[in-house]
Amino acid sequence: MWSRLRTCRNLCLKTRICFQLNRAQGTFSALLDENCRAGAVLLSTSSNVFHNLALEDWIHARVDLDNRSILFMWRNRPAVVIGRHQNPWQECNVPLLRERGIPVARRRSGGGTVFHDLGNLNLTFFSSRKRYDRQRNLRIVTRALKQLRPSLDVRVTDRFDILLNEQFKISGTAAKLGRTGAYHHCTVLCAVDRTLLSVTLRSSCTGIRSNATPSVPAPVKNLRDDDPTLTCEAVMEAVATQYSADFGLNRPVIVVDPTHELCHPGINGIAQELQTWDWVFGKTPKFTLETSLEVHYEARSSKVHLHMDVKNGIIETCGIEIPHNWLPPETCAELSRLMVGSRFCPTDTALIFTAFLRSNPESHKLETKIHILSENIAALM
Amino acid sequence: MRAAVPSSSILKTIQSIRRRGCPSKPAFDWPLQRGVILSSHPDEEAFGIKMASFGTFRGSFMFMRHLLSARHYKHCCSRAKAVKPVFSLCPSPRVIYPQCRNFKTSYGKAGPVLQFNLSDIGEGITEVTVKEWYIQYVKEGDKVSQFDSICEVQSDKASVTITSRYDGTIRKLYYDVDSIALVGTPLVDIETDAGQEGAPEKDVVETPAVSHEEHTQQEIKGHKIQATPAVRRLAMENNIKLSEVVGTGKDGRILKEDILNYLSKQTGAILPPSPYHEIQPPPPTAAVPSAAKLKDRAPLPGSAWPVIQRPVFTGKDHTEPLKGFQKAMVKTMTAALKIPHFGYFDEVDMTKLVQLRSELKELAESRGVKLSYMPFFIKAASLGLLQFPILNASVDEGCQNITYKAAHNIGLAMDTTQGLLVPNVKNVQVLSVFDIAVELNRLQALGVSGQLGTADLTGGTFTLSNIGSIGGTYAKPVILPPEVAIGALGKIQTLPRFNSRDEVVKAHVMNVSWSADHRIIDGATMCRFSNLWKSYLENPATMVFDLK
Repeated sequence: MWSRLRTCRNLCLKTRICFQLNRAQGTFSALLDENCRAGAVLLSTSSNVFHNLALEDWIHARVDLDNRSILFMWRNRPAVVIGRHQNPWQECNVPLLRERGIPVARRRSGGGTVFHDLGNLNLTFFSSRKRYDRQRNLRIVTRALKQLRPSLDVRVTDRFDILLNEQFKISGTAAKLGRTGAYHHCTVLCAVDRTLLSVTLRSSCTGIRSNATPSVPAPVKNLRDDDPTLTCEAVMEAVATQYSADFGLNRPVIVVDPTHELCHPGINGIAQELQTWDWVFGKTPKFTLETSLEVHYEARSSKVHLHMDVKNGIIETCGIEIPHNWLPPETCAELSRLMVGSRFCPTDTALIFTAFLRSNPESHKLETKIHILSENIAALM
Repeated sequence: MRAAVPSSSILKTIQSIRRRGCPSKPAFDWPLQRGVILSSHPDEEAFGIKMASFGTFRGSFMFMRHLLSARHYKHCCSRAKAVKPVFSLCPSPRVIYPQCRNFKTSYGKAGPVLQFNLSDIGEGITEVTVKEWYIQYVKEGDKVSQFDSICEVQSDKASVTITSRYDGTIRKLYYDVDSIALVGTPLVDIETDAGQEGAPEKDVVETPAVSHEEHTQQEIKGHKIQATPAVRRLAMENNIKLSEVVGTGKDGRILKEDILNYLSKQTGAILPPSPYHEIQPPPPTAAVPSAAKLKDRAPLPGSAWPVIQRPVFTGKDHTEPLKGFQKAMVKTMTAALKIPHFGYFDEVDMTKLVQLRSELKELAESRGVKLSYMPFFIKAASLGLLQFPILNASVDEGCQNITYKAAHNIGLAMDTTQGLLVPNVKNVQVLSVFDIAVELNRLQALGVSGQLGTADLTGGTFTLSNIGSIGGTYAKPVILPPEVAIGALGKIQTLPRFNSRDEVVKAHVMNVSWSADHRIIDGATMCRFSNLWKSYLENPATMVFDLK
């Protein structure tokens, strides 16, 4: 009978919590206002990089952070995330990523490019502008790791990186400051696919000159390489415990679903915007591309010189220089003229060249050469 | 009545104000300048209120107001000098044009131009790089509201959004993109609206300035929520925080529909519209007029129609140059419409094909392929082209030579987020229906991910456009050069038809619209091709019979 009463009581408690979460008038920020005055630790159920970035933006915009500190933990399926003011073509191999179906995302905070996969833990520390302190946040992480494995040699540097054994970078940092709130997020490399990381974070496009924020490459290592018993889940739990202890939180970790529109009104719109070409590629600071391509036709190769000025992802000026015996100069000039105003992306290039071929029927030989040229130029984008 | 001239001391004060005073012309003309002189009883000389005539009264009222403002001007000036910076985060704004601010209506709209300094970022940072001005709406001459984002700056892996402290118009940007800005130095000059009191000096505003009530002046983390008073009242009545609602109006403005949508989502019910209307509907007596009633209701001579409040439309035209793929479309279509088109339309009974596809769908899925009707249409077209090769031809520019293409590269019009793409399936004449389905899946995946190359997009000899998947019955498709024919397929409708026994049966009917180049193709050829294609689809068994 007592066990039945206990079960009843537990059920009532759980139901009450459920009702609190699913209540008709409730949204996530209302829930936080009522239950988590000092702060909370959140864990995302989604492994979609766009949904998680959207939730970060949503919390930054909608939750009152004046006297509250929130830790948000998330992991993504393979993706490359570039900083707010970076050039994706300079930072990673965009054609390869497209081919392999790995998305490129642009976050709203500054900093450099990171490769995400399920072995890479992301931590976002939300606080008010006044209590924004990156060193303190990173020390929470190092203390948590030391608590987990006392023999681990991890240290926070002046550049807000965490180094393992004084040599290898296991964490990089980026931050975003708004009017009243701020967030600082960092990665923790637990068990990332290092081969894929190095292949994707190599630029395919040499010859780009721009003032975009460059990434500073550094030798990286997984925590698991040092201690094979460490898992991402263990690290997450340790960090959550340390954070709760430091901020005096005594609630369990709250699991959030970043796709739940009722709880987070407007979040799906934010996620959609983060996936548009105009945000990911169109927000690139202006740059100049100056490069030479080798084009092969009938066992002979020629050099094509390409010059482009690109602003907001749109080609503003374009110059294609080809030896006259390969393509007539009027064709080159016409193609260069057509490229101006189109986006710096392979589909637009293919469309332009197709439209040109439709309206200017050429001999079969010339058509093939124009195809080859188009493929080579699209391979850069 | 003789006019009384204002005394000389008053005149001098007035003249000195005009020399020093407002940057913009006062809204009225001095009665003295115009030669209209104040008239009054000869005994009254004081500059008080003159009651002799309408013009006089108006003139003297303005005169008095101006005089009072002159007194206040001096007072203002001394006050402005006494203002000290109260908060340490940034110095008080430098007021460039000394201006009396108490009489808004008599002076022009311009307010003081305030310098907005780059505030402290924290962590001892002294300089940042300006990365982006929000150029859509922040350039010199643009209006900003308080808390609108002005620019993004970056310092040491931190990206900071700088928001405006004032409402007003941007007058000057101090830095270009990629230049280094120093903390504490001016970032922009904002000309505030007249009447706005001095800027809130604190960089981080703790509570909303106007009111503590949630519903009157709410902010979503620094962005003032835009909503009309009616919408705010509706939210208040339903106990909704405006920060929870997504605004779909201009600049994120919250509309009444947004509140109602939010409510219906939360409670699962659709609420009746609020009794308070923003625009009053016309009174019920002015109901739907019929022709007869209109005659009766013609306005009586001498009276006017009732005046209706017309909502003011503030939308502006927006011009931008054509983007890349739009230019491509312009080029293609300009070339296409040089071809003399003729159209031919017909109806296809798809009943048997619908049944066939439903039988084969599972088999295709077991092989990992999605099967639609297009592979059947494409294969049937290829079989038809074998009998009518002129439809798979191409003419040169001068229309001197015709080339009969050997390969049947049948194009498929695809609507993607980038616009209209027409990839083609190569060599359909040697592919089976399943092979075509596989190829279509591949092209669709590439189209969605934006990876279609020129190889897929060129070389087509014949095109089919399945516009019916979106909607429509008949169309007039445009031939894509260098091809000579194209077909547009409407949607499959379920309609009653008579069968051979004169019974009405349910039939799945689809309309097809062909266009062809009339320079080399005549109507009879097109008709026979269409009949053949139609017979293959109406009787799929015949397709199997002629399959190569």
